[in-house]
Amino acid sequence: MTLNTTSSEDRFAGERLKRTPFYPRLKELNLREAWDEWNGYKFADHFYDTDYEYFCIRNQCGTYDITPMQKHLIEGPDAEAMLNRMVTRDMTKLRVNRVTYLCWCDDGGRMIDDGTIFRLGEEKFMLTCGSPSNAWLAKSAVGFDNVTITDITDDTAAIAFQGPVTCEVLKKMGLEGIENLKRFGIMTFPFEGETMIVSRTGFTGDLGYELWVPAELGLKMWDKLYAAGEDYGIQPVGEGAVNMARLEAGLIMPYLDFSEALKTVHYKHDQSPLMLNIGFTVDFKKPHFNGREALLAEKEKGLDYILTKLDIEGNKVAEEAILYAEEECKTEIGYVTSAMWSPAVKANIALAMVKPEYLEKEIWAEIYFYKELRPYRKMAICTVRDKPFYMPPHASQTPPAIF
Amino acid sequence: MKTYDAVIIGAGHNGLTNAAYLAKAGLDVVIVEKNDYIGGAAVSRQLENGYWYSSCSYVCSMMRQVIHRDLNLTKHGLMLVPYLGTAAFGENGQTLMAYTAEGPAYNELKRFSAHDADAMYRLLADLDRYSTLIRKTLLRTPPDPGSFKPRDIKELMFLAKTFWEMGEAEIYEYIRFFTMSAAEFLDDYFENDFIKATMATPGIIGTALGVDSPGSAYILLHHVMGDVDGTIGAWGLARGGMGAISNALAGALQEHGGEIRTNAGVDQVLVKNGKAAGVVLENGDEIHAKLVVSNLDAKRTFTKIVDRDDLPPGIFERAKNFKIRGSSGKVNIALDGLPKFNGVPDNRYINRGGQAFIGSMEKLERAYDDWKRGKWSSDPFIESVIPSAWDPTVAPPGKHWMSNFIQYCPPQLADGPWTPEKRDAFGQTVIDKIERHSPGFKDLIVHMEVRTPYEIENEVGLTEGNIFQGELTIDQLLFNRPFPGYAQYRMPVKNMYMCGSSTHPGGGVSSACGANAAREILMDLKKPNTVPEDDCHDTQYNIF
Amino acid sequence: MSNYDAIIVGAGHNGLVCATLLAKAGKRVLVLEANASEGGLGASREFHEGFQVPMAHGAASFSSTVLKDLNLAGEGLSFSDALPTVGLSEDGNHVSVVGDSVTGALEADAAAYPAYRAKLKRYAKVLKSIWESTLPRLGAGGLAESLVYAKGALNVRMLGRDDMGEFVRVLTLPMRDLIDEVFEDPKLQGLLSWDGVIGNKMAPRSPNNAVLPLLLRMNGLHDGDHCVPNGGMNALNEALLSAAKKAGVTIRFDAPVAKFIIEGDENGQRATGVELASGEALEASTIVSSADPKTTFMKLVGTRHLDIQFTNRINRLRADGMVAKYHAALSELPKINGLDDLGGRLLIAPTFDAIEFAYDDAKYGEASEHPVMEITFPSLQDPSLAPDGKHVMSVNVMYAPYKEKSGWSDAARSAFLGRVVETLEKYIPGISSLVIAQELLTPADLEAEYHAYGGHWHHGELSLEQALMMRPTYYAAQYNTPIPGVYLCGAGAHPGGGMTGLPGRNAAREILK
Repeated sequence: MTLNTTSSEDRFAGERLKRTPFYPRLKELNLREAWDEWNGYKFADHFYDTDYEYFCIRNQCGTYDITPMQKHLIEGPDAEAMLNRMVTRDMTKLRVNRVTYLCWCDDGGRMIDDGTIFRLGEEKFMLTCGSPSNAWLAKSAVGFDNVTITDITDDTAAIAFQGPVTCEVLKKMGLEGIENLKRFGIMTFPFEGETMIVSRTGFTGDLGYELWVPAELGLKMWDKLYAAGEDYGIQPVGEGAVNMARLEAGLIMPYLDFSEALKTVHYKHDQSPLMLNIGFTVDFKKPHFNGREALLAEKEKGLDYILTKLDIEGNKVAEEAILYAEEECKTEIGYVTSAMWSPAVKANIALAMVKPEYLEKEIWAEIYFYKELRPYRKMAICTVRDKPFYMPPHASQTPPAIF
Repeated sequence: MKTYDAVIIGAGHNGLTNAAYLAKAGLDVVIVEKNDYIGGAAVSRQLENGYWYSSCSYVCSMMRQVIHRDLNLTKHGLMLVPYLGTAAFGENGQTLMAYTAEGPAYNELKRFSAHDADAMYRLLADLDRYSTLIRKTLLRTPPDPGSFKPRDIKELMFLAKTFWEMGEAEIYEYIRFFTMSAAEFLDDYFENDFIKATMATPGIIGTALGVDSPGSAYILLHHVMGDVDGTIGAWGLARGGMGAISNALAGALQEHGGEIRTNAGVDQVLVKNGKAAGVVLENGDEIHAKLVVSNLDAKRTFTKIVDRDDLPPGIFERAKNFKIRGSSGKVNIALDGLPKFNGVPDNRYINRGGQAFIGSMEKLERAYDDWKRGKWSSDPFIESVIPSAWDPTVAPPGKHWMSNFIQYCPPQLADGPWTPEKRDAFGQTVIDKIERHSPGFKDLIVHMEVRTPYEIENEVGLTEGNIFQGELTIDQLLFNRPFPGYAQYRMPVKNMYMCGSSTHPGGGVSSACGANAAREILMDLKKPNTVPEDDCHDTQYNIF
Repeated sequence: MSNYDAIIVGAGHNGLVCATLLAKAGKRVLVLEANASEGGLGASREFHEGFQVPMAHGAASFSSTVLKDLNLAGEGLSFSDALPTVGLSEDGNHVSVVGDSVTGALEADAAAYPAYRAKLKRYAKVLKSIWESTLPRLGAGGLAESLVYAKGALNVRMLGRDDMGEFVRVLTLPMRDLIDEVFEDPKLQGLLSWDGVIGNKMAPRSPNNAVLPLLLRMNGLHDGDHCVPNGGMNALNEALLSAAKKAGVTIRFDAPVAKFIIEGDENGQRATGVELASGEALEASTIVSSADPKTTFMKLVGTRHLDIQFTNRINRLRADGMVAKYHAALSELPKINGLDDLGGRLLIAPTFDAIEFAYDDAKYGEASEHPVMEITFPSLQDPSLAPDGKHVMSVNVMYAPYKEKSGWSDAARSAFLGRVVETLEKYIPGISSLVIAQELLTPADLEAEYHAYGGHWHHGELSLEQALMMRPTYYAAQYNTPIPGVYLCGAGAHPGGGMTGLPGRNAAREILK
């Protein structure tokens, strides 16, 4: 690798965003030039219209470029032990060709990030997550001699393919047996002399798959997928649409619902997985994992806040709302982290941090909303929901129902 | 003969700030300056036709924004414009663009190390945390830990509480950070030597410590804790040069009726019946005043302009032992055009920032070894900026001037005193190094001003040319600055005060020392306090 | 069913102190030592047939409280008077310091010395309660625990307003500034710097980390002046061993520990015993390690049982040794021009800069071009160390970086040895002709032979960021560790290295709580 920018033709190379392998197609499709940034990559907020793209996920199928998502290969005889100590789940229970959602914490039990781990072999794992994790992985590997960690983010092209017709499209693309792939399962297919990994995973709560190939085959995969999906309304979707879908599915998002512990300035501004209501990923039966003692202590002492799904009266979106125990706003009991109007279930939904002792009582949201630039204030009563707002049956069926 | 309410010695930025606050509170003040221009080390000087050098200080990040607003400095012509980053030069032609903006910085670091690009975020958060805590103390008078006065106890409690609120683990981390070397501190984040060296350079600017010396991590923080509008670690230029800051402060002073006298070096502080009563100028004139404020450094104040007999026992010795070590030089260069640097694309964003000639961690440390041996660094660290690249007022159109700050350069040479020949040889070392990264650079030179610690001391009056008016080591910080027991701006002579960077919170163009001293003076005069105590601009994370 | 309540790993002085105190409290204690004899880095070694040297030069730091707690006087242990520290000069005009007396230096400096020493003695006394207590976690302990800090603060306050200010100021000074303010004689400056910098990666100009180790040393016998046990350094080990045996401690030599046995289930982890290198497993619910923290955690406990940030703090502990040992068997005592009594310790550290510049080489992984050193002749106190009429010389040589650039290649080693001998010859002309046999132990050798990471004397720098309630690092600084049942009692624990016996004593008290 050359370290000299003079070798670059582009004199603004340093300032410019990087482009994913799909860029030649994305560029053509992004009619509104609505670009955003993710881990140094240029990627789309939307291509034409966020709401339309959202409905593509719910109604047909959408492709979401997840190349900027961080991907790390962790290999070697110590790989399982190293990960098992780093993450909250028990990795010894993860079988080959299975994926699991989990999180990892600092010593204080505060969540650094969440992500998925793919078990590609007895001694081979792939970890994916939203933010760069090289430094933490390196720290986690100290003392484990037989493990190698490789950042394959830039070498891998990946698409999240989500929506009720995705299985049909993949079948048409020639992925034989894909209909038998269970949720969180992995299959591999030969692709242009290399291997394409397909996992039944996603971030939308809908039926969906993620497709992984070496970066140089990205465009070929894209074209094959789009050829197969043409009759099924395949559509590129941007961050906006995915963010809507994930909120309906009750999934958490960094920088909205949680701050990453290592990037947090004040220790009270980060969260534990228990607070984020993903305690199901925390396996206290494991004798040790990072942050276990701290999390146990927190569990014993009681949580300051717990992430709660709220169904809010009316239709005024409760973005950035503060929650109170009474309509008169006397006792502050929490705050909304993400909120939207749910097009699928026609409800005013939100994720919010709520003090646990108030969960059983009245919860009021103080909402500010605008009508033609003029702000208004409204108090709205909230109902606690314990299931995802939208959870279609085809998301978990194997084989999935044909729409 | 007229008796002023206060005479302030030295029209540097802290003296001007102090005088402005006193005048604003209704006092009849005069500030006296030995040079024929004001500003001390915050000056813009036209030494070559059309080129305005910021001869000494060259960058502004610590200026307290609340003072800026309070004294109406914008009205008096001050505009601070942030850097976009710094082009750093390593070994074997390596260049790294240290962008201020996080996005490009991440991509740039990733070219060298994915690990380090990731670690950058943690470093930023940690520095943000550490500096937020310190910034809370900048505009407060340090408590006297030996005192039982309610105010001191209250301030001690404030410090303790601020500290405590960080949480247990962070308290330990803070202590570690405060006492470690920059090298050790950065080792926990970065694996790439060049990235480490780039991040470590603020740890040695202006100090007689190396990147390996314990305590240099704090110096690093001192240089990055400033902020421009809430972006932590951002540096800025004053439009029109650093003199614009002094001129704006002078404007504020005069608006409130204060008087400025230049060419008025002080020979002696007048002490009558154990109380300061004015000053005697070098020309023999006396200025009488009810109180005297010295903006000179502690060593100069107590060993040069106050009669030893007027001091309580021990103070002279303390002043003599005050650590104020010259370690930096400055080379200001007028250029016929914009130089081109190897590895730096011709690009308007990169040009809006500094240049740092670094090498490696080892080179930085070896530069310090030379200083220890009474030599200027044969391969020095140079921190440069070409202000004219984005300030149209400091050089003719198409022409440029370049500020070069050099670490290290000793106040005394092992082989005898500084001479003009040695000074020029030092300057040659600097431009030779720049030429290596910018072929043809020398041909662009129109005029060059070389300043060793010797020149800085003689012209500006900073003892040994130390830019902080005293080393920023723990033994000279907070309630130890300048000496234990005298950290509250009141001096051992009654009615005499200090307001320079020798006092808390130390060096840098912050105006904090001058403002804090004004607060204590007004308190002693039983006047309402008009000096702000808090200036914590929320950072990007909006904490505390 | 286990035969022991506690297993102590390592029979260094701290291990023995801890074992004895636990046994005295009625615990069944087993000490496991990897080497064939007790003493660890304080033991003697035979480096040439018939010639032995003790690894430690003196017992100045040893705590009188530990002497009392173990009743070592009852084991026949006594100490010499304060012995002079002599700064050697090539011209024979040596400077010598013992007690309040300074000879051979500028008169003004000699006159100023008693006040300087008195000041430091005052400050050392202030810290006594701090050294002898467990320092609780900040903000995590109860009121009773915070009393330790309150007491420490009160002691500081009791110094009086001015002296307190001065105490706070000097605490972080580099040796050079501390000394430079008072003394002008270059030889005296070099000599007085020594005890603030030896063993650590620092030199007279290094701030923050010099005064604390100096004050810890001054908490020992004779206020930090050089001294040795009567009968030599071995007498101390023998007394400790005898006290341990008397208290009922079982000691096994040649029993290196391979790892701690950590068991885990849904209730978490805890130590249940140790496994020897031979494969033999021994059970006990309390495992006390006098090994250095890096070895203890990275090797014996194993990182997979520890949290990640904790592991990384341990892994990054500053513990790279800087001191080499040079041992020589001498056909007779050398004659040193201008110096009759060789019973003290002799320093070759003629100026601040001599030490500073020697250090500069080490920063870049090079052994010093012009090394500085501390010399003793232990056979003067203990004639049994050498055959009749013959002597041994022991030299601590700085700076010899653990991570030498070439990895201590044969070439680097013999070049350094050559420079050591050359320097000695310069200050002690004729010495090389008296040498019958010699050895040079680099920090890497010390690590290999004494199982201390980095060959570091103090089991880790005694610098502020790894001292007090952060020694070796936070969450393991109260002698207990993140693994229930595992404790630290070595020099890597508070208050630190330098043969004080206090870490062993404080740990025992904590374990018995």
